[in-house]
This record gives sequence, C-alpha cells and structure tokens, in this order.
Amino acid sequence: MAVVLFDGFAFGMLLFVLSVGLSVTFGLMNFINLAHCAFGMLGGYVAVVAMRAFGVPFLLALPFAFLAAGLVSVVLERSFFRRLYRAGGLNQVLFTIGMVFVAAASFAYFFGTGQQPIVLPDYLQGYWEVNGLRFGTYRIFLVAVSLVIAGLLVYGLEHTRFGARIRAAVDNQRVAQGLGLDVDTIFAITFALGAGLAGLGGALAIGIVGLDPSFGFHYLVYVLIVVAVGGLGSIGGSFVAAALLGIFDVAGKYFVPDMGAFLIYLFMVVLLLVRPLGLFGKR
Amino acid sequence: MLKKTATAFALGFSLALAMSSTALAEGTVKIGLIMPYSGPFADAGAQMQAGIDLYIKTHGDEVAGKKIVLIKKDTGGPNPDVAKRLAQELVVRDHVDVLAGFALTPEALGAAPVATEAKKLMVDMNAATSIITEKSPYIVRTSVTIPQINYAFGKWAAGQGIKHAYTLVADYGPGHDAEKSFARGFKEKGGEIVGADHSPVANPDFSAYVQRIKDAKPEAVYIFIPGGSQPAAIGKALADKGLTPPNTKLLGQGELTMPDAMKSLGKNADGIVTAFHYTLERKDPLNEKFVAGYEKLTKGREPDLFSIGGYDGMHLIYAALEKTKGDASGDALIKVAKGMSWESPRGPITIDPETRDIIQNVYIRKVEKVDGKLQNVIIDTIKDVKDPLHGAGK
Repeated sequence: MAVVLFDGFAFGMLLFVLSVGLSVTFGLMNFINLAHCAFGMLGGYVAVVAMRAFGVPFLLALPFAFLAAGLVSVVLERSFFRRLYRAGGLNQVLFTIGMVFVAAASFAYFFGTGQQPIVLPDYLQGYWEVNGLRFGTYRIFLVAVSLVIAGLLVYGLEHTRFGARIRAAVDNQRVAQGLGLDVDTIFAITFALGAGLAGLGGALAIGIVGLDPSFGFHYLVYVLIVVAVGGLGSIGGSFVAAALLGIFDVAGKYFVPDMGAFLIYLFMVVLLLVRPLGLFGKR
Repeated sequence: MLKKTATAFALGFSLALAMSSTALAEGTVKIGLIMPYSGPFADAGAQMQAGIDLYIKTHGDEVAGKKIVLIKKDTGGPNPDVAKRLAQELVVRDHVDVLAGFALTPEALGAAPVATEAKKLMVDMNAATSIITEKSPYIVRTSVTIPQINYAFGKWAAGQGIKHAYTLVADYGPGHDAEKSFARGFKEKGGEIVGADHSPVANPDFSAYVQRIKDAKPEAVYIFIPGGSQPAAIGKALADKGLTPPNTKLLGQGELTMPDAMKSLGKNADGIVTAFHYTLERKDPLNEKFVAGYEKLTKGREPDLFSIGGYDGMHLIYAALEKTKGDASGDALIKVAKGMSWESPRGPITIDPETRDIIQNVYIRKVEKVDGKLQNVIIDTIKDVKDPLHGAGK
C-alpha cells in the first residue's frame, strides 16, 4: 500500500512539473496554451540530443532542457502568442493546438517517429529497500526534484518582489498596470518560466514514460486535468491536484485494474461538480 | 480574372491527370498501400514503407514486363471506415490491381469487403489478428498472427518447467488474443495462470500493475504490449520493483525487446525471454544482407516486424506476378499465391493453401550480452507453426 501511494505520488510529481507552468500562465494571462506540452516535448528532445550527441550527463541535461524550452517559448511568445492575448478563447485553442501538430510533425521529421531512448545513470536505476518495501530510485529522485521546484516557486511567488508583481498582475491586471507595473514583461518572463518547467518535466518524463513525437498530445489530457482540478493560477492547487491525480491513477489501477484507467476522469468529474473552480480556484 | 485562371488551371490539371492515367494504364501494376503514415502508429507505417522500398530497390521496379507503381494512402490510425473509403477510392478512381499494407487490424477489416467485391488481391503486411484472412478469399498474410506465436510460446514455457505464470496484456484485441493463446498453450502443458491483468493500450505508468504482480509472487510474468513507448515504461517499472530475471522470469512477445525498446530498457532487458517470428540478429546471410541494406536505406534504423512484413509482402506480389506472367487480376494472383513458399530474411515461410495465412518458424530468444551489447539470442526454434485458431470456429 505504501509503495502504491509512493508510486502514485511520484507520477503525480511528474505531472506537477509538467503542468504548473500552464496553470500559472493560464491563471495569469487567461491564455489557453494547449501547446504547453509541446514545450515539454522540446525539453525532452533537447535532453536527448545533449546526452547523445554531446555526452552531457543526465543531471546536467536537465537545466539545458529547462533553458532551451524557456528560450524558445520567449521567441514564440513575442512573435505569435502575444497577438492572441486579447483574442477569444476559441482562437487561442485553435492556434495553440495547431502549434502542437506543427511541433509533432517537425520532431517526427528531424528525429523520426520512433522512441528516443536514453540511458539513465546507474545511481538513478534500481530501487531502495525499506522494511521489505521497494521504492524506485528514479521515483525518489523525481519526488525530490519536484519538491525543490515547488518550494522555489512558492518562495519566489510569496516572498520576492517579482512574485508580488505577478500576484498583483493576476489579481487585477488593469490596476497593476495603472500602478506602473510592466505587465507585458512580467507576462513574458512568467511564460518563459512556465515553458521552461514544462521542458524540464519533459526531460524528467523520459525516465518513466519515454519520449516520441506524440508526447505533446499524450500528456495534454493529464495536464489539463491537473489545471482544472487544481484551479487556475494556483501553485499549491497544481501541486495537490497533481499528487491526487497520480495517486488516484496508480491506486485505481492497483485495486480495480479493470476500470483503473477511467478512475481519474471520474475523480475529476466529481470534484468539478462539487467545486467548479477547482480545489484552489479564485475566479 | 482570378476565377478564370482558377478554372483554366483546374481544367489543365484534370486534363493532365487524365492523360497521365491513360499513359500509365499500359504495362503497369498498381499497388495501393493503405497504412498509418501519420498519427500514433506513424512509426509502424514508416517501417513498413521502408521494408517495401528496400524490396523495390533491390529487386527493381519491373516484374514480368510490368512496371510497379505504388499509390500511398494514409489512414491516420486504427480507422476501419477511413480504410474502407481509401480502398474504394484506390479501386474505383486509381484502378489499382493490388491492395496492400494494413499495419492495424481495423484497417484490414475495413478494406476486406472491398477486396472481395472488386476481386483484388489484398496483401496483409502486418495486421495480426487471426480472423483477418477469413474475411475475404482474396487476402494473403505475410506478417504473423498473435495466436501463432503465443500459443507455441505458452507450450514452450510450460515445457521448460515453468509452473505458475501471471499475464499482463494491453487492453485491446491483440492483447486479449495474446493472453488467451498463451494461456491455452501454457495450460495444455500443465502450467497454471495465477493472475491476469489488462492495462490501457497507451499506459504511461506501469507501477500499479507491476506491484500487483509482485504481490502475487509468480514464477514467471508474461507480458504483451504494443511497441513504441510501452516496452521502456514497463521495463522501468519492473526494474524499480526488482522484478527482473533471474529472480522472476519475464516472458513476452518480441515487441518487448525490439531494438528501440531494448535501448530504452538498457540493462533491465538482460534475461528477458521473448518469442517472435523475426529476429534482427539471426545469423543468416539473407538476413544480414537485409539488415545492412535496410540500415543504409533508412540511414541507421534497424528493421523490425513491420519492415519484414512489408518486405515479404512485396516478395509475394513480385513472385505471384512472375508466375502469372504479369496477369494482375485478383483471381489469378490468389491462385498462385496459395501454397507459395520462399526463403525470407526471417527464415523459411509458406502461405498455407487452405487459409492463405503464413506458416513460419517461431524463434524463442533470450536477451544476453554479446560483445558487450545486449541482443536477442535465439535459444530455441519451433518449426513451421500454423495459426491455431483458423477453422476453430467451424
């Protein structure tokens, strides 16, 4: 039982890293970026290339994935996405889902349609045995990384000046602008940060679920559930929602394997019926 | 003005099209390929196409005085309606002589009625459900069937002294077929299935299922999952819980240790035993030539079950055309295809004259380190295996 909870939590943490960026940008800018997981995919491929072509060790490839996804996202945000901030939801959805198709086709063109295997370092393979229970080493690593990220995000948002600006911009964009905050730049930086985290998530995901050009679609559903359940713009909400989702998914498959894959949807439907704004939604 | 140009263009285009199709009608054999070139199974489509291309490259594009022309149609995934529409288009509009491809069972089932109605030879180059060849008298299969491999594998495993096995299969048609046929073979030889689970076809995280298996403490685990991202994901979950050989015997159909999967599995693959009809590393001059040619054509990819299905499918079409001296009618081709037998890179294969299905060797392979690299090493060969399900319903 403990192992099931742990495995679910670790999977949930992966979803957290992948989705927290979307939650924040969604809540902050009201911008529905379905291409979020495409940045995750980009991060994954950057990590693969860094490791395979340049022999970069796995741990060092992770920051590369973060930076690359963040940088590319700035370029795209400045050139494409910002034009859509004031457009309707439908335009945003159509445009960003189109970006996912473009990303999938581009990666398939350059890297082929196959899986991109990477070999994890030995110290991240295998398991730790505690009281006869076996905990996967990589999952422990995943949980640790996610907790650090969550801690940094909460600290950054609650206790720094920039965090205060972001919160002000989320709460009331017009007043924030009226007080002289450069909301535009805040958006750009937040967007890059969110995409960078997705990139990091994509790189971390290879170790558990693998990577191919359909990644951008595959995890979109999970990520959207996390955002919907957690509530827009809430880091704590994303964290709790991702953890619950991961645990529900794994525990559901463990205890009722025949309908386990459906349980997370049931969980989402029930929760949204009770709390339409999600666990920590404000608007 | 614009309208006029557009009309003129359209007119010219259709004229050119009409001319080209009449020009091509002389001395050509058109093969319509129906495969997933895009979507979640795009990789299967790409590998099959590479197998087809390799055959044409090495054997020329002319047979019995006829030029071979390929017309490719994309199904985008397991979509029977689309496959049926594409088959109709190919027959009615493009006047193809042969329908071929079919990576997925739904595609083959969708197109089967069209083959019957139009009396065209239909070559199933991959789709692996038993029933397909029974859906039209014009269908020939050059790939494999799932019961063929797994029934033989189940018997073999029980014959090795394995008494208790747990099965975990992907929750879709082929997975259920695999589970049933493995269990049947295994039980017939005195084995016992201690548990059976189904995982979603595209399951991201296998830890829950693997934990269930671990709790049951079976002697062996039998796994059937589609290729792609799944083998690596399950391999990692197994290693995370220490369910690896030699403590727990891992059995599976060949997808589990396909070249790409093996790279992702890394050392976790060591000791896994799989059954398959094609083995990349099999020592055989024909196979070595095939692999080398394939890697050259695809710039470094290794052939897999899809590639060999496409390659042998083309061989069947070529050999049949030679026998009919270029007569590409469905009736003539199917008549000579029955009972045809040849040496393929995978080993000797025969088309069963009764069922039009393939008879071939099933290789039992074990992942071992050869020259520091993990490989599927053949440890046993079960010769001339037929699909056990054909005629079972009658």
